[in-house]
Amino acid sequence: MININILKPNRDNFKVYLYIGALLIFLSIFDVFLRSFFNLNFASFLPDFVNFLLPLLLGLAGLQMIRLEYSGVKTVDIINKSVNNNIFNAGLTLLIIFITLLALPPSLNWMIFDANISGDSKEACSSIEGACWTYIKIWFRRFMYGMYPNEFHWRINLAFIILISFAFVGFFAKGKYKNYLTFYYAIAYPIIAFLIIYFLISGGSFGLEWVETNAWGGLSLTFIVSFFGLIFCFPLGMILALGRRSELPVIRYISIGYIEFWRGVPLITVLFMSSVMFPMFLPADAFVDKLVRVIVAIILFEAAYVAEVIRGGLQALPRGQYDAAKSLGMGYWKMQIFVILPQALKLVIPGIANTFLALVKDTPLIFVVGLSEVVGMLQMAKTNPKWLGYAMEGYIFASILFWVICYAMSRYSQHLELKYKTDR
Amino acid sequence: MDNKIKKILPQILTLLFIVLIFGFFTINAQLNMSNRGIDFGYGFLSQESSFDVQFSLIDYDGSHSYARAYLVGLLNTILVSVLGIIFCTIIGVIMGIARLSPNYLIRNSALWYVEFFRNVPLLLQIFFWYYAALRALPLPENTEPFLGATYLTIKGYYIPGLLWNNLNIFLYSILAAIILIVLIRTYAKKLQEEKGKQLPVFIISLSLLIVFPSLTLITGLSQAEVELPVLKQLSKTSFIYEGGISLPPELLALVLALSLYTSTFVAECVRAGIQGISKGQKEAAASVGLTPNQILKLVIMPQALRIIIPPTTNQYLNLTKNSSLAAAIAYPDLVLVFAGTALMQTGRAIEIVSITMLTYLTLSLSISLLMNWYNKKIAIKEK
Repeated sequence: MININILKPNRDNFKVYLYIGALLIFLSIFDVFLRSFFNLNFASFLPDFVNFLLPLLLGLAGLQMIRLEYSGVKTVDIINKSVNNNIFNAGLTLLIIFITLLALPPSLNWMIFDANISGDSKEACSSIEGACWTYIKIWFRRFMYGMYPNEFHWRINLAFIILISFAFVGFFAKGKYKNYLTFYYAIAYPIIAFLIIYFLISGGSFGLEWVETNAWGGLSLTFIVSFFGLIFCFPLGMILALGRRSELPVIRYISIGYIEFWRGVPLITVLFMSSVMFPMFLPADAFVDKLVRVIVAIILFEAAYVAEVIRGGLQALPRGQYDAAKSLGMGYWKMQIFVILPQALKLVIPGIANTFLALVKDTPLIFVVGLSEVVGMLQMAKTNPKWLGYAMEGYIFASILFWVICYAMSRYSQHLELKYKTDR
Repeated sequence: MDNKIKKILPQILTLLFIVLIFGFFTINAQLNMSNRGIDFGYGFLSQESSFDVQFSLIDYDGSHSYARAYLVGLLNTILVSVLGIIFCTIIGVIMGIARLSPNYLIRNSALWYVEFFRNVPLLLQIFFWYYAALRALPLPENTEPFLGATYLTIKGYYIPGLLWNNLNIFLYSILAAIILIVLIRTYAKKLQEEKGKQLPVFIISLSLLIVFPSLTLITGLSQAEVELPVLKQLSKTSFIYEGGISLPPELLALVLALSLYTSTFVAECVRAGIQGISKGQKEAAASVGLTPNQILKLVIMPQALRIIIPPTTNQYLNLTKNSSLAAAIAYPDLVLVFAGTALMQTGRAIEIVSITMLTYLTLSLSISLLMNWYNKKIAIKEK
């Protein structure tokens, strides 16, 4: 009975409980800290089993002693509310702290303190235990540009800078030019983008040397594939979504068939189809570049997903919008373009963003047809006989790369969602 | 009249467009195939395949037919999908609930788990587990037993197997238990509706499920023998475990990556489902006098499941389709065995790719039809 009372704080002498509890919690965390950072164990005289569980027991007792509602001390109230509201949560809190403490030293050592980034050959890494970032440094250009000739890398950089600056035109458009923005982004921009990539990256004219698409690769290829995927699958998906909601049976059933077909098959088989089956369907002398085939396959595939997302937005609009537009004498296209689609698209920003994210994350799959973007280049670098054994570094590098890109995209979509949110 | 043309003309034009495209493709395909001297047909399926598959659930070697190879691939795909679905559900539900925890640390750990694993491409994760993480495991001869008598080695995961005598009797006993449970449930429901009495259905069902099969084991009608994996020397430096069940590293990497990746999406579905139930429901149930367990079972879960299940099934479908990435690490699934090796050998691109696509299509369409039916069944009927 007395034992239970010791662990149960009361308001009258809460200060005492607080000091003892804080001391116990500090001891428990300090014990784990010493064990993991300095390999010291001040309780080693205890039996193994008790010694192993000691920090947990101390911590639990400490947290139990400071758990009092409305204790009057602000910090303690916040702690109790957020991490210490019952014994189960207290235990989980301690476990998370302990795991973090235990995992920090080995991973920090591997990634930073024992790692090496200097030098420019594998020998620089031969004597260290940690990560060999030299590998990433040496292969960095390959991860970014693939097998594209080194002396022409400026062409890729320039092309991307031009593309991005053309994309920002919308921000500077003023007055009456603003009305043409939709036209610009929907039709003019894709054409400009294609021409820039064709003439600048492919080359072959204006004194620029022709570079085969086989040599393209790395992160720039990821961007090229997802960029074309994004700008072309959106209009196609919009048309399919309207087709699926159409009153004309032939158009509706064709759209349904198209959407359900592409949504039912994995992308990898679609890519297989584009590389081994599609050439059979073309005239014998026709040749379509592999990269173009792949991009078209990805566009056709993702358009089905975009269509379903947009359909969700179309269905969410109340009937009154359609009726109001019709009663104003608008025709089908006028109604869709000026009334329905602007509202529907606003509703489905998160869904569209998710589809685009999926597209970016799907681009590594193009390795099945022999094109290598970042992940493909990693596989190539990993099997290079000069650089065997650094797979881990490569994968961590690529994970961080993709994570940053995808996380930034999802944040941007949340920002857009808030920006275009209108209360209805 | 004018209106009619407006409606019919676009339809005819679209149809014409589609027919033209398909016609163009078909004519080209026929020309190409006759040029190469291939004739279209599925007769090759019964030919001898003459290639081996590393890992197979059914009896298979090179002397079997291509149709059998197809079946091997399909079964391997189904195995990965089922394992992935089980694990992603377990992890996903835990993470989804953790996302709503009152504990700040748990909530945020779960958030970062979800944010991390869903923003890294699945292929990269598969490669990471296969080429980096699982390659760091010890060789069979240096392996310490893990969880009793299982061995996690670079060559795969070895677990004890069960050698069965009269397995069918054991399975029949489980079937009998299930039938009995269904009967008891209907009886309990009737009892509840007519007399307001409650039976401890859950405990009865659980004990039946345990008692029946163990009875067959005790009486000796069916026998199970545990077979432990044993280290065996193949040559001077090469060791392997024999006996029990061995799971190849490709399977492990694939299941790990698929379940971790998909669990993030399942977690979001679960979170959305639980958040979608208004607080009033819980309070109303409590004020009627239901116990917390009953509230969860009778009020919260039925409503939350209605929101959770459809998107989660979608994720299961995605997982099944994503399992085709197995081809990247040479796990013999449908795509690798059939659309890879078999296609290479026969050169029948159109037939094989179409069969593969049709298989996935049937799989997804049948599941989504089932889901549509289920959705209609459980939808709240508003008047």
